[in-house]
Amino acid sequence: MIALQLTTEGRLKHFLTVEGLSRNLLTEILDTAESFVGGPGQPIKKVPLLRGKTIVNLFFENSTRTRTTFELAAKRLSADVLNMSIATSSTAKGESLLDTIRNLEAMFVDMFVVRHNISGSAHFIAQHTAPHISVINAGDGQHAHPTQAMLDMFTIRQIKPDFAKLRVAIIGDILHSRVARSQIQALNTLGAAEVRVIAPKTLLPTHVESLGVSVCHSLTEGLKDIDVIIMLRLQKERMASALLPSEAEYFKCFGLTESKLKIAKTDAIVMHPGPINRGVEIESSVADGPQSVILRQVSNGIAVRMAILSMAMQPQGGG
Amino acid sequence: MAKLAIRGGRIVDPANELDGTGTVCVDGGKIVSVLAEPEGFVADQVIEAAGKIVCPGFIDLSTRLREPGHSRKGTFKSETLAAASAGVTSLCLQPDTKPVIDTPAVAELIKELADNARYPQIYPIAALTQKLEGNELSSMLSLKQAGCIAVGNASRPIANLLILRRAMEYAASHGLVLMYRPNDFWLGSQGCAHEGAVATRYGLPGIPDTAETIAVEQCLELVVLTGCRVHFGQLSCRRAVIKIQQAQKYGMAVTADVAIHHLHLTEEDMAPFDSAYHVLPPFRTERDKAYLRQGLAGGIIGCICSDHQPHDLDAKLGAFPETEPGLSSLETLLPLTLKLVAQHAITLEQGIAALTRNPAAVVGLKAGSLTPGLPADICVFDPNLEWPVNAQTWRSKGRNTPFWGHTFKGRVTETLQAGQVIYRLASS
Repeated sequence: MIALQLTTEGRLKHFLTVEGLSRNLLTEILDTAESFVGGPGQPIKKVPLLRGKTIVNLFFENSTRTRTTFELAAKRLSADVLNMSIATSSTAKGESLLDTIRNLEAMFVDMFVVRHNISGSAHFIAQHTAPHISVINAGDGQHAHPTQAMLDMFTIRQIKPDFAKLRVAIIGDILHSRVARSQIQALNTLGAAEVRVIAPKTLLPTHVESLGVSVCHSLTEGLKDIDVIIMLRLQKERMASALLPSEAEYFKCFGLTESKLKIAKTDAIVMHPGPINRGVEIESSVADGPQSVILRQVSNGIAVRMAILSMAMQPQGGG
Repeated sequence: MAKLAIRGGRIVDPANELDGTGTVCVDGGKIVSVLAEPEGFVADQVIEAAGKIVCPGFIDLSTRLREPGHSRKGTFKSETLAAASAGVTSLCLQPDTKPVIDTPAVAELIKELADNARYPQIYPIAALTQKLEGNELSSMLSLKQAGCIAVGNASRPIANLLILRRAMEYAASHGLVLMYRPNDFWLGSQGCAHEGAVATRYGLPGIPDTAETIAVEQCLELVVLTGCRVHFGQLSCRRAVIKIQQAQKYGMAVTADVAIHHLHLTEEDMAPFDSAYHVLPPFRTERDKAYLRQGLAGGIIGCICSDHQPHDLDAKLGAFPETEPGLSSLETLLPLTLKLVAQHAITLEQGIAALTRNPAAVVGLKAGSLTPGLPADICVFDPNLEWPVNAQTWRSKGRNTPFWGHTFKGRVTETLQAGQVIYRLASS
């Protein structure tokens, strides 16, 4: 995994997963993102770093936020952007993933930003694409969503700069969450004091401890001493597959309400990768409340993705 | 037919508890003597076997040749040559061909294909249920009469225990052994990797070992109820071995095999998302592997099979969960068994017994031994010959093995089927 996404000089070539990347490299991503951020309330300025480069947003799965922020990031870097949603078009015609990639390669693109509903897809594309092309994983199945994790780290660092002091709780559907997997890896690499997952057993992978987390099945117990609360989206399908009895019972046990928020540290921040289900995993008054940094996460997504896109393109420019 | 002598080799024949240096003489396609050459025996053909091991030809209890139906992946011609080059002289064909081996016509078609290929003896396993769907019984008696050696579910779980019970009762009525790959329909149908730390890290849908152990437990209960003779195929986990050990201790005549690669690989060996490691049952933990080895050494698992499943390139070209499971593994059968011996997991005699005497007993074949009078199905191999796994050495059409590019020690130099040399290593 490490070998595939780094150049021989240890620079970022692809960004497929946080796993195996060094603390220095993660910090470099955060620092680079910092340099793109304008002043408070200021939009990010356009820079010519990727002028003449073509980036394809290759989305095999629906997304609004991630695709839009990737598009904005690419445009702020002066790259040409092509958006392709092929959730149902080519694959429905029987075209294989590799055929799609080969066709796009033939159009002289420099980078793929890939989202796919199957774990390992970004990895597969990176292994089989032409050597000059970089691949950025914008979410693959239940495996990884590394740019989301990095923008979350960026948001956390803006408010609470010392990871070593932080206890972070990730709450909800860990089992199906690529975001959670990448967040856990990033937090552990950056040296967080504790990463705690809070969920019923049905929404936890059986060997979740092996990811380097502590496990709690109760929100009221689990929120104690917590500095950062990360809520995950609950997909409606989970009810049908016998993982949960009902939305109402889930909200009762694991929904973040104002009163439950008080159990955490008074200055705890509330995060959510979006899109949120109001009244299912989080109460509106919390999502929109003073401790919520949910919209800030979205804004930060542009700078962090600019950092990652520009870093992954660097090896070609610098040799 | 020619008279043939295999001279100077170490003869290992577990069925006759024989291990010594000498000559195997063949006349009229049958074995006439072992160790000492009969007086006046004049061989027309001599195979010099000094430094080599001479043993019965291997019997593989689980193979796919991919014909009929999937000739892109393998043909009778390509895969029987692979089998012959691996020292295999008899092989049991899993019923998941296309069409499925659930009618005598398909069984007869396979026999025809087999006769044309002329290589190892091919014994089809009949589908236990029609189309392997687990709903209706296949015509087991007609299938038996058409040459099927056993009945089985290939790798398709049977959801309905009542159907399984009826099928076992019916199979028992006709004296058919059930080759059962234990996997619970509900717990084991969704995943593509062992439900453990690695699948958790990579976000791969998991298959818990419980999917196997529950199916073993249920089937053992049905053995008690139905009296069906059951052979468990391709075990992958520790607790399944323990359950079968307990059943055997209790006096039940159940047997088991393990696919050769499960004795060597674990979930940790998988390079990230490398589809060459996608196999069912999945590679599990170090502890599971250790128990499978112990089970083999202790005789609980009597047989090693290849569970050969050749694939075309496209089948393995994709994101891991979307690729097809299975390894091309006939040609790794002997070297990986010898590796177990080199690692002191089993003795050479145990390894050869697991490839010859024991599988013959499971399906009731008069083969797997060098007893005079039996057809001369013989494997001669050089235990010290090193060979690289590459396009020059590999015979199977399927190159889907995680061992591609590895160097193995131990290679078949001659394979005889009923006294005919069906394979000879070019340089030997």
